[in-house]
Amino acid sequence: MLEKRLVAKDLTLIRGGRPVLSDLSFTVRSGQALYLRGPNGVGKSSALMVLAGLLAPQGGSTAFEGGDPDVQPLSHLHYVGHDPAIKTGMSLAENLAFWVDVLGGDAGTVSQALSEAGLGGLDKIDAGMLSAGQTRRLALARLIAVPRPLWLLDEPTSALDSEGADWVARLISQHIASGGLAVIATHLDIAIAGEVETLNFSRAAA
Amino acid sequence: MRAFTAIIGRDLRLGLRQGGDLLTLVLFFVIVGVLLPFAVGPDRPLLAQLAPAIIWVAALLAQLLSHDRLFRSDFEDGSLALFRHASLSLDGIVFAKLIAHWLLTGLPLVVAMPVLALVLGLTADNFWLAVLTLLAGTPALTAFGAIGAAVTVGLKRGGLVAPVLVLPLSLPVLIFGTGAFDPTRVEASTQALLLLCALSLVSMALAPFAAALALKISGE
Repeated sequence: MLEKRLVAKDLTLIRGGRPVLSDLSFTVRSGQALYLRGPNGVGKSSALMVLAGLLAPQGGSTAFEGGDPDVQPLSHLHYVGHDPAIKTGMSLAENLAFWVDVLGGDAGTVSQALSEAGLGGLDKIDAGMLSAGQTRRLALARLIAVPRPLWLLDEPTSALDSEGADWVARLISQHIASGGLAVIATHLDIAIAGEVETLNFSRAAA
Repeated sequence: MRAFTAIIGRDLRLGLRQGGDLLTLVLFFVIVGVLLPFAVGPDRPLLAQLAPAIIWVAALLAQLLSHDRLFRSDFEDGSLALFRHASLSLDGIVFAKLIAHWLLTGLPLVVAMPVLALVLGLTADNFWLAVLTLLAGTPALTAFGAIGAAVTVGLKRGGLVAPVLVLPLSLPVLIFGTGAFDPTRVEASTQALLLLCALSLVSMALAPFAAALALKISGE
């Protein structure tokens, strides 16, 4: 069995006529987390979107090695971006259960994931009633409900209180301790225990 | 398969809970059908002659109005991005959404047909023909509309661009839809109906691929 690795090679991305990434290369191995850090607008989110297959780079390639060959490559990853992908008009439990069905998880994990995300007892409430922080928790609950090896997180602690930020740090630590991979774009410190590397984005490089 | 049914279930649930859209669609369809007889005047034979055209123009306009929201909310709240990582391919997801969309925008028109039949003074034969042609033709309208909606999903004010894109594609549906109506020429009407069915089947089969491709590009 091949070790799980995320390999990005010579990524070049141009958006709106402006170069965002140029010759970005890195490797994330199983049990490792990679921080993408740097000032706003430097291309952290774009880099994550390229890894998530949402943007096609002009040059270079990304590959996830060592995954299940029966599963298509993009189904190995979780992407939690700025938009929560949560529907108002549906309850918390319905929202999460929908994504568990679509992403291919185990339907029995919904209520447990909700309580782990600090949303226990709110499962019947309309998701439109949630605060920004609770919405973020619900989006992150997908990570618990559907186990996948690669996590791509874009500012996962934004809008969260300090207890929530600790929870996210614990969540990522557990994930990489059990052999998962994580790429996290953030400008806040997230105290992750385990092997962590940092990739600093600077305007000169972009 | 679980993902497929989950998407149909979610879209139906959202569509029915936010019932306003559904009501607007049906009311629009009925209002167009009610207004035209007033504009034409109290000429029953003429009205009977125009009825197929009125029904199909009303159906086409009502459906055009509804396409914009097929992908827009999923695009705006980030669901569309997550669909890319689903256990089901984007083509399959679009197909599931098309089925739900037809159930929410095509089927209600068929259900509202009796009201229109009453206003237009349709005979029983023509009423059943109308129901049949709407059932056979509206899936094609949904499919073409989905392509337009997918292409324009990234535009902030795509609401009016999509109908302009979709209208030329929809013309055959309109032509065969009204063509199927002539109960005096059974053969021609059967052929038109069969062509309508063929249009719906082919467009429903191919539209998911085209729309999924457009969505992938729009997402960037």
